[in-house]
Amino acid sequence: MKAKAEMDGIGGGGHAVGQPIKQRELDSHVKGQTLYYEDVKVPRMLHLKIHRSPVAHARILNIDTSKAEQSDGVVAVLTYRDVPATKVWSHFEAIGAAPGAEPILAVDKIRWKGEPIAAVAAETLSQAEDAAAKIKVTYEKLPSVFDVDEALAPGAPELFDCWPGNHYVFPDDHKAAQIRFGDVEKGFAEADHLVEHVYRTRPIEQAPIETAGCVAVPGSDGRYTIYTNSQALSTTRNSAAEIAGLPVARLRLVGGTAGGGFGGKVDMAIEPMALLAAMKSKRPVKYRFTREDEMTVSSTRAAWRVSIKDGVMRDGRITARHVITHQDIGAYLRNSIYGAFKHASHMPGPYTVPNVWADVYCVFTNRTPSAAMRGFGVMPASFAIEMQMDRVAKAIHMDPWQFRLKNAFRNGDMKAHRREVWDAALVETIQAAARLTAKDLPEEYRQMSSAKRPLSAPRIAGG
Amino acid sequence: MTAKRVSLTVNGRGENIAADGLTTLQQVLREALDYNSVKDGCTQGSCGACSVLVDGELRIACLLPAGGLQGAEVTTLEGLNARNSTSVIQQSFVEHSAAQCGFCTSGMIVSAQALLDENPAPSRDEIMEAISGNMCRCTGYLPIVEAVASAARKLAKGDGA
Repeated sequence: MKAKAEMDGIGGGGHAVGQPIKQRELDSHVKGQTLYYEDVKVPRMLHLKIHRSPVAHARILNIDTSKAEQSDGVVAVLTYRDVPATKVWSHFEAIGAAPGAEPILAVDKIRWKGEPIAAVAAETLSQAEDAAAKIKVTYEKLPSVFDVDEALAPGAPELFDCWPGNHYVFPDDHKAAQIRFGDVEKGFAEADHLVEHVYRTRPIEQAPIETAGCVAVPGSDGRYTIYTNSQALSTTRNSAAEIAGLPVARLRLVGGTAGGGFGGKVDMAIEPMALLAAMKSKRPVKYRFTREDEMTVSSTRAAWRVSIKDGVMRDGRITARHVITHQDIGAYLRNSIYGAFKHASHMPGPYTVPNVWADVYCVFTNRTPSAAMRGFGVMPASFAIEMQMDRVAKAIHMDPWQFRLKNAFRNGDMKAHRREVWDAALVETIQAAARLTAKDLPEEYRQMSSAKRPLSAPRIAGG
Repeated sequence: MTAKRVSLTVNGRGENIAADGLTTLQQVLREALDYNSVKDGCTQGSCGACSVLVDGELRIACLLPAGGLQGAEVTTLEGLNARNSTSVIQQSFVEHSAAQCGFCTSGMIVSAQALLDENPAPSRDEIMEAISGNMCRCTGYLPIVEAVASAARKLAKGDGA
């Protein structure tokens, strides 16, 4: 541990907490000498433009690329027919958690406005843009759903044959990521008050200053190298190789410093297209999102809707917490299962609640597919829980600080996930915040500690 | 579109470049002359990552047609690296951890240098105004504002300049 800390330039005898640690590239950042993927120049590089769907939900009747192929500077035009191996994919197929369902280039159906249909590689970006605009696609429009209620309503238009009802099915045939701990109905029956509310978050764009981009380069040895600012090199390499029908040993990804990501560069959105175009044209191919692409077609944080019902005693003890969350994941699954699990894992917050019930759904809508952003699934969970904590405190006329301290995890408590708490720190954190903000807490609350539970609260129930 | 030849000075070196009506200074600096500190974050004048000095004035290179720059003196961060005052700003950025991913940093330091050239003792509001054209998604700006204020104090005391 110490050796590693010293290697990382962490001082203070290997203790990082409380020590200023110099960012590794700070000296080169301030001189403008840090190399990003785009600073690596490759000769004879082509530029890629994707023709995308202007409609949200449709069947594709015809794709006509003939005019684009004749356009100035065009070297290769690709549609789904040019995807050699896996035309529809999923990061989760390899572990049996989801069938491949997202096309690299649309096959027969459009599920969101912005879905990629054809890729044009040309000598210059403006030639690629001109040619991509000449592609003609004939659609048969389908009714769309843009909201979880619409999507889950009986008779709603369905996005996938494999997921009837427009929600993902978790392994072992669960419709949601679930927590079952104790008996919430019993907890509600015991409670003095019930407090219910629904909390919603909106999709937002991660908006790194450097847009997502990569350069795919064919090597003379039959191997391909992709220089990329991906936040997920290994999964991207494996999935891109599978899509291209390449053994993993013939595909190398070179990452490095990304100009911001915030989760927006976790999804594989650019590499397969650049790779397939490099394979077809036998030339290096650059594909980067423009700022407009980044704002309109790259994954956003999902829209989350979190419905919480709490049972609470007059003295402030929470007896039961019931949560139903709908994650509006947009048109494709991508990594949303992971966000759902993280969200569920975060319930019922850092509080000891003896009876907990939670269902976290991934709901498909015809919106831009969503992705990670700064605490995938955790931010909407924390937001909803802490808003609810304030609401419950108000309902029982209790100070919200005291209400949180009373219910905070103590070491030795059992979490709803049946893991014993051993590193609780919320009590001390709230006490420190109170000192910093001159918040007056009664002696009883100043004396609380994560090491011991107040006598008034049950140590554990449920199980 | 026909390209014309333009002679200009970049970081003290004479350059003769080809530019048609749509060629931007950003393209010339990044693609033809390999000045990698000039970043491309939006190509539409909204992020400030390509900030440079043209005849001492702060400019956004992605919106500036290169064809009109005959005889201009262009300075990128590569050129500023030799200036003592810039190294004081850079040291302050390091001390205040005012860079994380680093992508906005070049433009940010060029903007800071342009501010201090014109106003050696800026107020906090003037610093914020000066970097308002430079977007940063990592730091939340406060360490940057503090770094620029600290650099101004150091330069006023004569530690550099």
